[in-house]
Amino acid sequence: MKSLSLATPNPMLTTPVQKLGLALLATSVFYILYEGLRLKSLPAEPLTLLAFFVLITGLWLFLRDERIDFSKNTNSLAVWMRSLSARGIWGWLVGIVLTEFYVCLYWVPQYMAGMIQLFDPFSQVFRHKPADQWFVYGAFYTFFVLVMGVRFIFKYRHSRYHLVRTISVMFFQLGFSFLIPGLLLRLQEPELYFTYFWPLAYSNATPDTWSWQSQTSIGAWFFFFGLAMFFVGTPILTYFFGKRWYCSWVCGCGGLAETAGDPFRHLSDKSLKAWKIERWMIHSVLVFVVAMTALLWINVVTGRGLLGSASEGFYKTYSFLIGAAFSGVVGVGFYPLMGSRVWCRFGCPMAAWLGLWQKKASKFRITSNGGQCISCGNCSTHCEMGIDVRAYAQQGQDVVRSSCVGCGICATVCPRGVLRLEGSDKDIPERTTQKRTVHIKLEDVKML
Amino acid sequence: MHIVILGNGISGVTCARFLRKLSDHDITIVSDESDEFFSRTALMYVYMGHMRLRDTMPYEPWFWEKNRIQRVRARVERIDFQQKKLLSTEGNSIGYDKLVIALGSQSNKFGWPGQDLDGVHGLYHLQDLEAMERHSAGLSADKAGGRAAIVGGGLIGIEMAEMFHSRKIPVTFLVREKAFWNNILPEEEAEMVTRHIKEHHIDLRLETELKEILSYNALPEGKGTCAAIVTNKGETIPCGFVGLTVGVSPNIGFLKNTALETNKGVLVDEHLQTNLPDVFAIGDCAELREPQNGRRSIEAIWYTGRMMGETAAYNLIADLEPQAQRSIANRPTFGKPMAGKKSKIENRKSYRPGIWFNSAKFFDIEYQVYGDIRTQVPDIQSTLYWEHPNGKKSIRINYEHESGKVVGFNLMGVRYRHEVCTQWIQEGAPIETVLQQLGLANFDPEFSTQYEAEIVAIYNRQTGKNLILKQRRGLSAVLEFLTH
Ligand SMILES: Cc1cc2nc3c(=O)[nH]c(=O)nc-3n(C[C@H](O)[C@H](O)[C@H](O)COP(=O)(O)OP(=O)(O)OC[C@H]3O[C@@H](n4cnc5c(N)ncnc54)[C@H](O)[C@@H]3O)c2cc1C
Ligand code: SF4
Repeated sequence: MKSLSLATPNPMLTTPVQKLGLALLATSVFYILYEGLRLKSLPAEPLTLLAFFVLITGLWLFLRDERIDFSKNTNSLAVWMRSLSARGIWGWLVGIVLTEFYVCLYWVPQYMAGMIQLFDPFSQVFRHKPADQWFVYGAFYTFFVLVMGVRFIFKYRHSRYHLVRTISVMFFQLGFSFLIPGLLLRLQEPELYFTYFWPLAYSNATPDTWSWQSQTSIGAWFFFFGLAMFFVGTPILTYFFGKRWYCSWVCGCGGLAETAGDPFRHLSDKSLKAWKIERWMIHSVLVFVVAMTALLWINVVTGRGLLGSASEGFYKTYSFLIGAAFSGVVGVGFYPLMGSRVWCRFGCPMAAWLGLWQKKASKFRITSNGGQCISCGNCSTHCEMGIDVRAYAQQGQDVVRSSCVGCGICATVCPRGVLRLEGSDKDIPERTTQKRTVHIKLEDVKML
Repeated sequence: MHIVILGNGISGVTCARFLRKLSDHDITIVSDESDEFFSRTALMYVYMGHMRLRDTMPYEPWFWEKNRIQRVRARVERIDFQQKKLLSTEGNSIGYDKLVIALGSQSNKFGWPGQDLDGVHGLYHLQDLEAMERHSAGLSADKAGGRAAIVGGGLIGIEMAEMFHSRKIPVTFLVREKAFWNNILPEEEAEMVTRHIKEHHIDLRLETELKEILSYNALPEGKGTCAAIVTNKGETIPCGFVGLTVGVSPNIGFLKNTALETNKGVLVDEHLQTNLPDVFAIGDCAELREPQNGRRSIEAIWYTGRMMGETAAYNLIADLEPQAQRSIANRPTFGKPMAGKKSKIENRKSYRPGIWFNSAKFFDIEYQVYGDIRTQVPDIQSTLYWEHPNGKKSIRINYEHESGKVVGFNLMGVRYRHEVCTQWIQEGAPIETVLQQLGLANFDPEFSTQYEAEIVAIYNRQTGKNLILKQRRGLSAVLEFLTH
C-alpha cells in the first residue's frame, strides 16, 4: 500500500503562485526577525515598511489560491496533502517560528525591542502609552483573528452557523480584547479584559490584583464581575447553550483556534489514550489553580505565615508552566504540529469548569441522526478537540462530551447529514443513553 | 466454540462486535484486503486528502485484542463445508464450528473489449484506490489523453468523478440514462444532480454507453495501458484512466457449484442462514430468498450490512443450547454486557430492516431518502415537491391520496430526521398531520432557513386547503413526539 501513504505531505496541490507567495512570506518574515533581533530598533524606514508589504502580499497570494473553485463547498481542502497542514516542512517551519515568537514574548522580550518600537507610534496615538511586547502581541493576535476569520467565513460560507459564530469571535477579539482595554488605558483606567475570567486569567482573583483593582470603581466592579461569571454566569449560560457560548463564540484563545487554527484542526490526537491524558491534565490544572488562589488568600488572611513564600512559589510555578509555557508556547506555537486546541483541551482550567457543567447539567448535545452514519470518519478527523465523534454517531448515540466546544465542524463536514448541535431540557440525564442503530431491541429477543 | 467470519467489512465486523457483546466464544475474522477494518464508504476522502487511510478506521488497533477478536489476513479460495474448514491460497486451513460469510461485492464488468487493460479499474477495494492513485500522476488537463473516463452513472461513478475533479483532472462521464441516476431518483431530483455535475465542468455524456476500450496500437489486445474509449455513438475519447462503475455484484465466485446454494448471491432465509447448518451469510454477498415486502433480495449498502451483522450474531447465539449460552454470557468484554449471567436468547430473530432509508452526496448536494420514493409516482400516490430557487435543495413528500398516508420523503440539500420520518411512515400518519408538524423532521443546522412553510403552501395551492405549519424545528418537540 505504498502509494496510499497520502499521510506524507505531498505538496502537489500547492500552485506555483502559492509557492511564490510562501517564498515572499518567508523572506519578509526572515527580514523582520533579523532586524528585530539585532536588538536595535526596527527602523520605521521604507525597507521595513516594504517588508511588511511583502509579507501581506505573500500571504494574500497564498490564500488567494486556497480555493480556486468558487462553486464548490469543499470543506477540508485536501489538508492531508499539503505540507503546511500535514506536518510537512512548511508546517514545521511555521511551528518553529511561532514557538520562537512565544519564547521571546514571555522570557526575552528584549529581542522584540525593534518590533515594539515599530508599534510605538500606533500605541501612542491609540492608548497614549508607549508600546510594550504585549501591545505588539495583542495587535498581531487581533490581526490574525480578523484575517483568518474572514478566510474561515469564506471557506464555510454555505453555513450560517459558522458565519454567526465567527463574526462573534472576531467582534469579541477586536472589541473586548483590543479596543476596550486600550481605550481604558487612554482614559487612565485599569487595562481590563472583560471576556477573560478567573481561572483562565489566573491572576484575576489574586489578593495582589484586588489590591490595585479595588482602587478604582471599575476595577472593583470587574473583580466581582469575573467571579460572578465563574460561579453564576458559567453554570447558567452553559445550561442553555453548552460550553460553546464561551469557547467558540467569545473566548480569545478559542477565537484564534477557530480562525488562525482552522487549517490545523485535523492534527488533534483522536486516540483513547489522548482522551485519558486530557482528563487527567485538565482537571489537575483546575485543582492547581484553585489551590493556588486559595493559598494566596489564606496567606493574606493569616498574615503571611509559614505558607508565605511557598504560595508565591506556587503562583510563580503556575504562571511559568501553565500561563506561559503551556497556553502560549505549546498552545499556539504547536498549532501546525498538534492541532489548534491543545491548550483548550489539555490545559485550560476554564474549559475544565465549563466542561463539568456541560457534562452534568446542560441542554446541549450533538444529536446523531438515527442510523444514517456510514462511519466514514470525517467528523472525528476534523474535530479540533480530538473527540472521536464517529464512535458515537455510528451507534446512533448522541455526543455529550465535556470537551466539546460546539464549533459545529463535525456537522458541517459530515457527508450524510448525521450530526446536529442542539438542546433540550426534556432528557438532560439521559442524553447519552439512547442507542438507535441497534437494530434488534433486547425485548425482541426475549432475554430471560 | 469457534466462530469464523469471512470478510472484515461492516457486516462481518458488526457481527463480530455483537457476538462479543453476547458471548465469550472464539471469534476469528478472515480477510485478504487489509488487517484493519476501514470504512469503504470513505475511500474517496482518502484520495481527496480529507483523511488519511487510518482516519477511516473506526476502531483503534487495541480494540481487537481487548475484545479478543482474532484477525487473520488470508485469501480463502475454498471452503470445505464437510470438514468445516477454510482453505487459503497459501495452503493454510482454518477450522470453524460456525461460519459467517461476509465477502462483500466486486465491481461489475460486462465483457467489454479492453476491460482488463492496465488503467481500467472499478472502485471497491483498497487496491482499486491504489490503482487510481498510481494512474493519477499521469493525468492532467494540459496533457492529450490526460483525462479520466468514467463509465456508469451510479453512486460510485459520481464519487469517482468528484475524486478526479478534486485533483483538477478532467473527467468524461458516460451515463446510460437520460439524466443522472434517474432509475432511482424522481425526474426533478435527477435533473438537479445532472445540472450540478455539469456545473463542475464534468464532461457528462447522457444516454451514452461504452463500446470498447482501446490500448496503444502496437500492443496485442488485452495488454498494455488504456488509451481511449469508444462509445456506442462511435466517438473515440482519449483517456489515461477508465473507471468502470456499472454497479457491483456479490463477490462469491469461488462458492459457485459447491454445497452452498447460491444464485446471484449466497441464498439465505429470514434468519440469514444458508442452506447449510452452521453457515450464515450477511452483507453485500447475501441474497434473501424472501425479502421483506417492497425490498430487494440484494441490497448492497452499508446500513443493511450493519443490520444483517447484528441479526446474524443474535441468531448464532440463539441456536446454542441454553447451557452453552449461559456459560459464555458472563464474560462479555465489549461495552456493557447486554446479556447478564442468567440471560438467554430464546428465539431466532428474523431480519427485518424496517422502513427503507439511504443517503449519499452528489458533489455538494446531500441526499437522504426515507420510505417509498419511486421514479414514477404510482397511481395511488400523490407527490408534493418543493425546490429552492437556487436549484440545489428540494423536499419531496409522497403520500397515498385515498388514505392520506405518508409513504416517503426525498431530500436534496436538506437534512431530515431519520426517526421522525420513519415513525410517520410506520404509523401511516396522514399527510395533513405531517405537514402541520413538519418542523419536527427538520435536521438542518441552527440558523439555517426552514422551508417547511413553503411545502405547506404548495399543498394548500394544490388542494385548496388552508393548512398552517404549527411546528417548527426543535428538539424538545421531537423528543415528545418520539416518546408519546
Ligand atoms: C466507493 C464506495 C462508496 C460507497 N458508499 C456507500 C454509501 O455512501 N452508503 C452506503 O450505504 N453504501 C455505500 N457503499 C456500499 C458499502 O460500502 C457496502 O455495501 C459495504 O461496504 C458492504 O459491506 P460488506 O461487509 O458486505 O462487504 P465488504 O466491505 O466488501 O467486505 C468484504 C471483505 O471480504 C474480503 N474478501 C472477499 N473475498 C475474500 C476471500 N476469498 N478471502 C478473504 N477475504 C475476502 C474483501 O476483500 C473485503 O475486505 C459504497 C461502496 C463503495 C465501494
Ligand atoms: S462524518 Fe457523518 S457519516 Fe461520517 S462518521 Fe461522522 S457522523 Fe458518520
